[in-house]
Amino acid sequence: MRRWLSQHRAAFGRALRRLFAAPLNTLLSLLAIGIALTLPAFGYVALDSLRDLGRDATAVQQVSVFMEVGASKAEVAEIEQRLRAQPGVRTTFVPRDEALRRLKENGDMAEIVASLPRNPLPDAFIVEPRDTSPETLEALRAEFADWPRVAHVQLDAAWIKRFDAFLRLGKLALLLLAGLFGAGLIAVTFNTIRLQVMAQAAEIEVARMIGATDAFIRRPFYYFGALQGALGGLLAAALVIGALRLLAGPVGELAALYGASFALHAPTLAEIGALAGVGAVLGWVGAQLSVSLSLRTFD
Amino acid sequence: MIVASQLTKRYASGFEALHGVSFEIRAGELVLITGHSGAGKTTLVKLIASIERPTSGSLVVNGQNLSALRRSAIPYVRRHFGLIFQDQKLLFDRSALDNVLLPLQIAGLPHREAVRRAQAALDKVGLLAREKAHPIALSGGEQQRLAIARAVVNRPTVLLADEPTANLDRESAQDIRDLFADFHRVGVTVVVATHDQAWVEHCGDNALRLDHGRVV
Repeated sequence: MRRWLSQHRAAFGRALRRLFAAPLNTLLSLLAIGIALTLPAFGYVALDSLRDLGRDATAVQQVSVFMEVGASKAEVAEIEQRLRAQPGVRTTFVPRDEALRRLKENGDMAEIVASLPRNPLPDAFIVEPRDTSPETLEALRAEFADWPRVAHVQLDAAWIKRFDAFLRLGKLALLLLAGLFGAGLIAVTFNTIRLQVMAQAAEIEVARMIGATDAFIRRPFYYFGALQGALGGLLAAALVIGALRLLAGPVGELAALYGASFALHAPTLAEIGALAGVGAVLGWVGAQLSVSLSLRTFD
Repeated sequence: MIVASQLTKRYASGFEALHGVSFEIRAGELVLITGHSGAGKTTLVKLIASIERPTSGSLVVNGQNLSALRRSAIPYVRRHFGLIFQDQKLLFDRSALDNVLLPLQIAGLPHREAVRRAQAALDKVGLLAREKAHPIALSGGEQQRLAIARAVVNRPTVLLADEPTANLDRESAQDIRDLFADFHRVGVTVVVATHDQAWVEHCGDNALRLDHGRVV
């Protein structure tokens, strides 16, 4: 066990030395890996922030239930009873007279409303469900529309559906992007390690002749790949944080123009750790592929 | 200790480097493998060190049949040998000390102990004062002594060398021969492929003569 640990410590030390032995090459590789990881990482942060925005927006969603103009008080009362019996919804009754009064209070409409011979507005109910997912709102709309003397059920959720579809599409695009750039990271590591194996051909040959196992030869390359990937991940996190700082002001101003408060939030420590971890795993995979192929030439 | 029986090595090209070679080397012996160029000396050294595999026949070292060895077991067998090559195979981007440390790192020795043993090996071959020098800064004789230090640092049971005195001046060659004699005196089995006549004359009976891949 002590020997095994000692060999791992030595391999890790050799990998670190190789990283610093050619600082320019290391820097360029880290930049390539960092940029490859920055795009999906930034996309993740942006989508995460947008998902929060969607949650806030759907929290105030309403379903408006309009009765037929000729519905009797008893019929309206029956619908009110049915709505109040619905679990997880808050219902507010808006009588047709109240609706007309509100319309009159609207300066732009006052003149037109006053010229009407009679009140054209129906009684209505404002239903606020606790669960505001697009699927639930759609189910409620369909149920209410089947009730007697209900003329129209209005669900202003089309944009939510579009937004949700956009988020799903964004998530899929992000996955594709992450896969693509992940493959790029593996390719960068593969090439770096291949060059290293070629540069250290003499050492590998001698080490094998004097009793080095495959594991002994491979280990420093694996550590190198993982270290390079992890550092690339940290660089990507730094680039994302930097970009968010630059964008924070303009994004806030844009959101204010729409009367909303929206901010892109920076990755948490756990997310930064995960990014470094993903980089390390991809680097390790690239190193393993490269070493396996490159060492065949020594057999 | 080393028993070869009807050992044959034929390369993919069809060239037969060794044909039906049989011999026995006992523990603690010093044996020279001699013969003209192309006689099969280097091939025999490579077979003993498991760098190459015999086409047929058996080769038993320390009770292990190398012909039937699994690939994964080969590195552990090689650690029993101290290998010295004609071209030394030193690492020129490392110091003398780091070159000698390599077998100990492979064996997984803690760094401090490894350094102590590597320095002792360098001291044994008279190179301790030059432990920080890179091989390029050493003379031919010193490079060969460094290769010997690397070969013995793991305290091998067998010291196996291929033409260790080739390309050396008379004085350096004598130093190398003396070093091998020293290791032989302390009980290490020494097998050397050489066409160094001075050495062959001095060892007399302990020579395995090869001619066109056969023992003569």
